[in-house]
Amino acid sequence: MKILAVCGMGLGSGLLLRMQVEKALQRLGMHADVTVADIGVARAMAQTADLIVTTRELAEHLQGVKPKVITISNFVDLEEMVRKLKEALQET
Amino acid sequence: MPVEVLLEMIPEEAIRVGVSAPDWRAALLACGEVMVNAGIVDPPYIDQMIATVEELGPYIVIAPGIALAHAKPSPAVRRPGFSIIVLDSPVYFGHPENDPVRLIIGLASPDPHSHIQALAAIAEMLSDDSCRAALFDATTPLDVRRVLRSFSERGSCA
Repeated sequence: MKILAVCGMGLGSGLLLRMQVEKALQRLGMHADVTVADIGVARAMAQTADLIVTTRELAEHLQGVKPKVITISNFVDLEEMVRKLKEALQET
Repeated sequence: MPVEVLLEMIPEEAIRVGVSAPDWRAALLACGEVMVNAGIVDPPYIDQMIATVEELGPYIVIAPGIALAHAKPSPAVRRPGFSIIVLDSPVYFGHPENDPVRLIIGLASPDPHSHIQALAAIAEMLSDDSCRAALFDATTPLDVRRVLRSFSERGSCA
């Protein structure tokens, strides 16, 4: 399982997303490779990813990519991440 | 990470509370100015932070009331560091869920790695309800430093 955390610059919010995804996976007792990608390279990197985690604004730049895209609005709310990740992983 | 290291990356000159800004651009300007004063970045970084929002939208608003302002690593960054700005009245970035914003964390790093540990510590702190509330209630830069210290030492600000 490969998860791509996509943000604008690969520096701030993407890192926060990766941290939250890793915590959420631990809570769910699951494992995955989580990589941060900035929006400039995300479309190319999406080819080999199983799931993309990003924000609603940036998801609009990723329309048509192969993996499922989930969007997070509160980056410091672990419950939101756990809930959305769990739903997405059940479907994939 | 040791609290002294964290506090060194968020120097007192880089913290301002009760800042008044009419809009998000003015808020990011204030955020960038204190980073310049603290020797974290050179002035061009301020425009780069504003340009990030102009190009990519309000995605830097990472939680209700909180923005993480930053640009790419660039020659305008002198050292990894953060600023913390608490606005006296909130500004709108155009974020569908997390507007309006009263707390702005400015981030700068000369490379993609030097800031990661401190950013993780700040994110943990923002996840804690008592520390988040204490930051919004801060009336002096010293209050903000106390929140950082309290979270680092006790994991809470209650």
